[in-house]
Formats: sequence, C-alpha cells, structure tokens
Amino acid sequence: MRARLWLSPSGPSGHLPRQTGEGWGGGKRAVGALLLLLIAFPAFAVEPSEMLKDPALEARARTISRELRCVVCQNQSIDDSAAEVAHDMRVAVRERLTAGDSDRGVMDYMVARYGDYVLLQPPFKPGTLVLWLGAPLVLLLAGAALFLAARRRRVVTAPAPLTQAERDRLTVILSEAKDLPLQARGPSTSLRSAQDDR
Amino acid sequence: MNSRLLYALPLLTLVIMAGFFGWSLLSGRDPAAIGSVMVNRPAPSFAAPSLRDGQPALTSDLLKTGKPVLLNFFASWCTPCLAEHPLLLRLKEREGVTIIGIAWKNKPEEARAWLAKLGDPFAYVGTDYDGKLSLDWGLSGVPETYLIDATGTVRLHFHAPITERDLKETILPLLRAGK
Repeated sequence: MRARLWLSPSGPSGHLPRQTGEGWGGGKRAVGALLLLLIAFPAFAVEPSEMLKDPALEARARTISRELRCVVCQNQSIDDSAAEVAHDMRVAVRERLTAGDSDRGVMDYMVARYGDYVLLQPPFKPGTLVLWLGAPLVLLLAGAALFLAARRRRVVTAPAPLTQAERDRLTVILSEAKDLPLQARGPSTSLRSAQDDR
Repeated sequence: MNSRLLYALPLLTLVIMAGFFGWSLLSGRDPAAIGSVMVNRPAPSFAAPSLRDGQPALTSDLLKTGKPVLLNFFASWCTPCLAEHPLLLRLKEREGVTIIGIAWKNKPEEARAWLAKLGDPFAYVGTDYDGKLSLDWGLSGVPETYLIDATGTVRLHFHAPITERDLKETILPLLRAGK
C-alpha cells in the first residue's frame, strides 16, 4: 500500500501580532512592535468549544491527546495539531471519556481505528523488538568489544630491567655524548652557519 | 586468525547493508507505507444521511449485498478527488461496479453541485459533515477508498487517490474474483 496522501483542511497554525503602520515617527512604538514580533506565540490547537466542563476529565483528555499521533501530521500529537482529523480525534477522546472509558480504553479505541501508528510511543511487542532493543544491543556489543580490546592491551608485559652489563654500557654512551662538539647539537645550527658562509 | 576475522568485519557490515538496500530497491517495498488496520476486518459500523434529497439514509446493509462494493470518501474542496474522479466514473460505466460515496466535511449543497458538474459515479452517496462516521473507518483525509468484499470484509484501503495501476493490479482482480 502507498504512503498516505495527506489532504485535510487545516486551521490557522499560529497568530502573529499585526504591526500597525505608524511609519518611523513613533520610534518607541516601532521598537515595541518589533519586540512583540520576537515573541513566538504558541498556537493552541485545543479549541475552547472542545473542552470538557469537568476539569479532571479534561486533564485526562489532554494527557491522552499528547500520546496520540495526528495521523496526517509529521510527528505531532493531536493535542498540538490544528488539522481537521486531529480535531475529530480530540472530540472522540472526550466523548469516550465522558461515556466512562478508562484511559487505556480510549487508547484502544484509537488503535482499533488507526493502528499502532496512532501511538506516539510504539508498543513493546515482537514486531518492534529491533526498534526497542537494537540501539542498547549495539551499545552493549561495542562496550564489550572496547573492554576486551583494553584488557588485551594491558596484558603486554613491562620490559625486563637492564642487566648490570647493559647499565655499564649505557653509562659509557651517555658520558661520550656529553663530550661531543657543539656543532653536532642540531640541524638548525649547522644550517645557519652554512647560510652565513655564502 | 581471530584478528583477521576482525578485519573482515567492516567489509561484512558493508555487504549486509548493501544487500539490505539492494533488496529494498528491487522488492518494490515502500518504507513509507503505514498500512491499515481495517484490512481483513469486518466493515465498521456504517450509517449516514443521504446526500440526495428525499433518499433513505445509508446503512450497513448496503455493504452486505453478496457483491463486492467500493466505498469512496471524497469532498468537493479536494483536488486529488478531482484527479481520481474519472476513474470512478469509468469503474461504474464500464465495469458496473457499485460505488458508495461519502462526502467528508463537505457542505451538502457543494458536494451535490460538484457531482452534478463532473458526473455522479455513486450508486449511493451519503454525507459525513462532522467526520464521526469516518473516524470509525480510520480515515485520515480524502480521498480514501475501501474495497469491501461480498461477505462484508474490508479487503483494500487506499490512503490516496486511486490510480490506473491500482485499478489494474488490485481493485479489478478482486472485484472480478468476488462476482
């Protein structure tokens, strides 16, 4: 089956304050209007006419609405969406609650019509095992691999201490190095002298 | 031996991913498809006032006539509905298919004018102005089309305008099998 072709009339998604055309004369007013424009006004999708009189029931409806996907929107809950279908679903949620359904019952009502897709939090079941356990599993495997690699590196033994003969030779080498002429200290010195000669 | 296997791991990952992507491309799988829970379920409750003046209301009986029917949700304000409209007309005229229409969130007079202008493919046409009936059908917008078989079971659910290809590959074979 093809993807859904979303077509539904959607209401206003936001309200911006209208700037009054006073020109540049009223400087303060212009600044005020600009400041007002900076404030992002949240769009309230839930219309007053939809709300229930019982505040407890309305609160439950809001909680459920936040868990339900607006089926024509990209990752928006019906509580946030101004789409027509979201409005219908909000009304249906409130109708079910008024009829005495439990929260679970309302969710099941929606799932029976729109499938698990309507739930913003996917359920834990065989079909979603990879979704739920995939990322933690990869993390675990990577962690185990890192742990094993780190342990293997630590096993490398420290070099054996020098023998008396080796230590004597080292002393000789170090004392010879001290007596070397200055020119042999580094390439920069010799380079500069070569340029000076020219 | 062990470390050589480890070196092969990136290559193995690549092969697995390439295989998966190749399969995705060639199998015709649509990763964006959502599917519908309605398919292979008995048709949901169905009751709507008729769009036509003086006609009786539409009931569930219309879906259980021993013949497969198409149920189409449309609206006069919907452009994709306009696009699929000729196909519906052809289905009615050439194939004699029973199509039931529901005007979704559409003023009855506007829906009537739209059908009068473009032709009316519907054997029965009802109206669902507040969208309550459509919610029971898991409708998300218009146009959407359902095929209900002779036993009253939903067999297909299109979330988009139906196309020539849908007709040829899925709708007509099922309709002919049901007759």
